[in-house]
Amino acid sequence: MPEIRAPRSIGRGSALKRYWRLILYPIGMMPAAWLVWQGQHGDLGADPVNVFERSLGLWAFRFLLVCLALAPMRRFTGINLLRYRRLAGLLAFFYASLHLLAYVGLDHGFDWTVLWTDITHRYFIILGMSALILLIPLALTSNALSMRWLKRRWKLLHRLIYPAAILAGIHFFMSFKTLNGVSAPYLGVLALLLLSRFLPRSQTKNGA
Amino acid sequence: MALFRYPRPLPSEITPKEMYLSRRSLIGGAAAFTTLAGAANAASLKVHPWPYSGSLTPTPHEDVTHYNNFYEFGMDKGDPAAHSQDFHPLPWTLEITGLVRKPVRLDVEQLLRSPAIEERIYRMRCVEAWSMVIPWDGIPLASLLKDADPDPRATHVAFESVLRPSEMPGQNEALSGIQWPYVEGLRLDEAMNPLTLLALGIYGESLPNQNGAPLRLVVPWKYGFKGIKSIQRIRLLDHEPPATWNRLAPDEYGFYANVNPQVDHPRWSQATERVIGSHSLFGASRQPTLMFNGYGEQVADLYRGMDLRKNF
Repeated sequence: MPEIRAPRSIGRGSALKRYWRLILYPIGMMPAAWLVWQGQHGDLGADPVNVFERSLGLWAFRFLLVCLALAPMRRFTGINLLRYRRLAGLLAFFYASLHLLAYVGLDHGFDWTVLWTDITHRYFIILGMSALILLIPLALTSNALSMRWLKRRWKLLHRLIYPAAILAGIHFFMSFKTLNGVSAPYLGVLALLLLSRFLPRSQTKNGA
Repeated sequence: MALFRYPRPLPSEITPKEMYLSRRSLIGGAAAFTTLAGAANAASLKVHPWPYSGSLTPTPHEDVTHYNNFYEFGMDKGDPAAHSQDFHPLPWTLEITGLVRKPVRLDVEQLLRSPAIEERIYRMRCVEAWSMVIPWDGIPLASLLKDADPDPRATHVAFESVLRPSEMPGQNEALSGIQWPYVEGLRLDEAMNPLTLLALGIYGESLPNQNGAPLRLVVPWKYGFKGIKSIQRIRLLDHEPPATWNRLAPDEYGFYANVNPQVDHPRWSQATERVIGSHSLFGASRQPTLMFNGYGEQVADLYRGMDLRKNF
């Protein structure tokens, strides 16, 4: 397992740097805003709810992959962007929550009978829902206070990102009728990122 | 044996004549527009209106021709319209062979000029829980099968689509695991049902490539994937033929694939359907799915005594 360090924002850091990171949140939310704007203007095609819902899910998965990519990236390339991991994680949670909301509200019009059957009977839904549930404690403890409070357990807790990513990956795979050129690259990246965790540390140059 | 009854609209459903006429001009207008807009393979068809279409309002032409599942051209709904321009639907020969006394080879260019083409407005329910209403132009399959004079041993009908990887980019996609060409099947009595249509056009024009040019199957009480496109061969058999999606995922796509709001897909409910055509994200509508897609009166007898949960 790679070393998990507290983001630097816990310590010092110039005000500018801190604000810069805050600016990244609205930037990361722009795809959602763009989707809503397109939806409002009838630009999401013939089945807008479906496109909206799937796009939000895809963005959640993308940010989850970014989140998983930052540690190996530092390890294998020396580029250290770990300070953006919380940003990526929270954006993944943001998109996953909107994805759920779109499914519950827009797609099924809060029809609880249908939703209950979905949640209790369909692996496809159960897997996606479980991934989101696993992200909740991570989002809730993504602040500096929780890190200080949980100490070493924080690190342990945040390993939940791995099962969450695996569940999300299976859910993503199942959302298509077949394996295809769209889903395969994402799944390949997920597999690589997970496998990179098993490479022995001594084999890498930047492991220190 | 009960007499077949076409789907009669309720008196309250019958469209007033002036509205009907204005709708026809709208449809005609849409057809003319697309012809002008350069859909290279679209030609106007001479069609008879069919008196049983009721008051169904067709889904806009743009959506019917740009929201398609036709994996031979790619798996995205927009791919068939975007990637089918190199496909050459004509000339085309349709064969009807197998357990028939008079094997038939039909020149589809002649078929397109047939005086028997009817305009039938049918509901279309996709297994993915969305629906459209499509004004098809076609010939009842039964009339062509009768010309071939089925042998009494024939119980099923197998359909085979075209294999042209050079014109159909999706057929080069190895990841999907789909065996090309696409194949489908019906029981002979389903194929002979008067609602089963061999469609040659939509909206009064010959079928655009993305909708299955030059001719495709339409079985309105079944999920859309049964409607095999670009058919080259029809064979009558004494056993159930393989069907592409059923072969790929038998737990998700049954051989019968009758629209049934009570039998869910493993991944989603089939009780309701998203109605294509509003283009509205926050005002999109969902409607209840009808048993046999609303054609129960015409087809329920075919399945009397069968467990439709098992034979889904």
